Amino acid sequence: MTLSELEPGEIGIVKEFTDLEMSVKLMEMGCLPGEPVTVSRRAPLGDPISIKVSGYQLSLRKFEASTIILQ
Amino acid sequence: MKADIRVALVGNPNTGKSTLFNALTGLNQKIGNFPGVTVDKKTGYSALPDGRTAEIIDLPGTYSLYPKSQDESIVFSVLADRSNTHTPDLVIVIIDATNLKRNLLLYTQVADLKIPVIVALNMIDLSKKAGIDINIDLFAKKLGVPVVPISARKVEGIDKLKQAITFANKIPLQESSIDVKAIAPQLIAQISQELKLDNPYFALQLAHQHETVKFLTAKESDRIEELEHEFSFHSQKSQATETIARYNFINDLLYDTVKVPDTAQDETLSNKIDKVLTHKIFGFVIFLAILLFMFQSIFAWSAYPMEKIGDLFAWAQNTLHQLLPAGPLTGLLVDGVLGGLSGVMVFIPQIAILFAFISILEDTGYMARVTFMMDKLMRKVGLNGKSVVPLIGGFACAVPSIMSTRTIESWKDRMITIMVTPLVTCSARLPIYTLLIALVVPNRNVWWIFNLPGLALTGMYVFSLISAIVVAFAFKLILKGRERGYFIMELPVYRTPRWSNVAFSMYDRSKAFVLQAGKVIIAVSVILWVLASYGPGDRFAEIDQKYKQPQYAKQLSPDELTRAINSEKLENSYAGSLGHVIEPAIRPLGFDWKIGIALITSFAAREVFVGTMATIYSVDGNADKIESVQNKMASAKNPKTGKPVFSLAVAFSLMMFYAFAMQCASTVAVVYRETKNWRWPAIQFAYMTVLAYVASLLAYNLLK
Repeated sequence: MTLSELEPGEIGIVKEFTDLEMSVKLMEMGCLPGEPVTVSRRAPLGDPISIKVSGYQLSLRKFEASTIILQ
Repeated sequence: MKADIRVALVGNPNTGKSTLFNALTGLNQKIGNFPGVTVDKKTGYSALPDGRTAEIIDLPGTYSLYPKSQDESIVFSVLADRSNTHTPDLVIVIIDATNLKRNLLLYTQVADLKIPVIVALNMIDLSKKAGIDINIDLFAKKLGVPVVPISARKVEGIDKLKQAITFANKIPLQESSIDVKAIAPQLIAQISQELKLDNPYFALQLAHQHETVKFLTAKESDRIEELEHEFSFHSQKSQATETIARYNFINDLLYDTVKVPDTAQDETLSNKIDKVLTHKIFGFVIFLAILLFMFQSIFAWSAYPMEKIGDLFAWAQNTLHQLLPAGPLTGLLVDGVLGGLSGVMVFIPQIAILFAFISILEDTGYMARVTFMMDKLMRKVGLNGKSVVPLIGGFACAVPSIMSTRTIESWKDRMITIMVTPLVTCSARLPIYTLLIALVVPNRNVWWIFNLPGLALTGMYVFSLISAIVVAFAFKLILKGRERGYFIMELPVYRTPRWSNVAFSMYDRSKAFVLQAGKVIIAVSVILWVLASYGPGDRFAEIDQKYKQPQYAKQLSPDELTRAINSEKLENSYAGSLGHVIEPAIRPLGFDWKIGIALITSFAAREVFVGTMATIYSVDGNADKIESVQNKMASAKNPKTGKPVFSLAVAFSLMMFYAFAMQCASTVAVVYRETKNWRWPAIQFAYMTVLAYVASLLAYNLLK
């Protein structure tokens, strides 16, 4: 299951990434394997989404979220 | 000024870096460019407790030393390149105490470069309030660097930070965070040996960034490339390994030194505000309301100061004309330079107000939410969520709006935004539209409440937005993005705006505007003044001679005489001759040589159009009286056909021309300033002029 499939309010734990380039950027921002992420909300038009990770809010597009595989 | 110690300020975005920079340096700062690179360099001076002076360099906010934009790539270059004239003696890494984990990543990278570091633990008041318990002594001991808790916003701890700078060691004492050599042992060893480097992390960074850094020779860069192949080095895999190792170090560190209460995980105030401000329906309603308020305020609040600035310049010009002896030099100084300057200065109120709003919206964190809400919509036409603000600001003035595109990280998105922003109907077009619409559109009500002139004006505004979107879409297909588009953005916690920062931003941006755009507009107005004040050969002398003859001197009043002379001189000036020269080119658009002069003179600024029309049709009183210009233009007849010059077709053709043509030297200047490359303003000028010509041609031929 990927992060983009989570509904707002649901929690997942990052397992791995499908895109190496994106993974480097996401990891820098604190999205690391083993880290819990919570989907906070979707933008009014459904994309991007906002997640809580490492103690702060991060927004990313659904496509980017779909490269994050959850445990 | 000569500084005793050079200090670089490094940190993540939204950590209060600018606030700390302002607190350390006050108004004692300047903006320049890094030598050879097109990134703004902010430096300032700070007096230390022991009487020495520290030069503070504010580096662009970044999440890591691996750059994602040109702005960010400067951080590594300044820190690591020992031959650079800006190499700091000391680095202050500013860390948001409420968001330690992610902020520490950059610290560990900087520390591994082995430059002496001080950690400024900012927002310590907020983190205490949130119940985060940081054992600062243990924290400092584990890192091996001084850690100073501060609140830049409340100006607390700044003295202690200056103390720390005073006592800073010239030799780095920080502990290594990760085993850098383990990431690529052979490669690091080989690069270190060949380039004689003593720092393994610097060697590793060179392996990643050798293609983009400026301080390596081509030979060195090629050699590193060779070595990478030899040891099968993969940049992104290595970065991933490094990042994971760094976060392991950070997790261990935080486990020992920081206690975060469980309640911190609860729904925060920011989250509650977000539920309303990014709501499916209310989100857009609130956004539109804020925009409407901003738009209204820019017009309403700037009218009075703009008028005063205009008056001040008119007074200065009059006074100088009386004080100085009449002659070409006085004319050039007073009418050319001062006249051109007044054209720039009157926009200061609009720029200051627009930037006050933008800085408040950014400071509170709302701008990030606008970006979040609009991204999907804007992406469809090749823009970005962050393009919304410049486009809206374009209704006031393209100049500050283009300056505000710096918040857009993606190069391609930013370029497209810069390219289309001048299409949005700015305030300088308003007098032209109102004048021409009043000339040709009958003042008649339709559907009870709407009147035709109002609808025509609204139409021009809507038309400008549509054309901006269409052109953006075209650029999306043409421009090749250097980087892959992505949108990974922090949504900062909502905070009250820092009023001192708002005031500072108003001052700073207005100053930048006056200095940068001012230079160009003065140059252009001087050229235009010369073109309009001199004619080829001795034509001017002949005109003077002609009007000295008794039949003119007797029949005309002195005022009428001056006007007749001026208008004939204008026709025979270089500008007038140019008008005649370009007449064949603009005749298909329905324009004659007189309109041609106005097109030429209003290249510097659109608002010159009305003034030129006033001069050409030699109207009574001053050029600002649109009434009189309007009457004169309405009665202007084509000498050949006897029909009015300003027909419906000509008026709309002119409006189309002014809607598209890049007739604004300030915008040209600011686009150059922001892109640091003449290619972009040239492309913009060319495409807008072509569009203007085609749109005019279509309008004229459809309405003829």
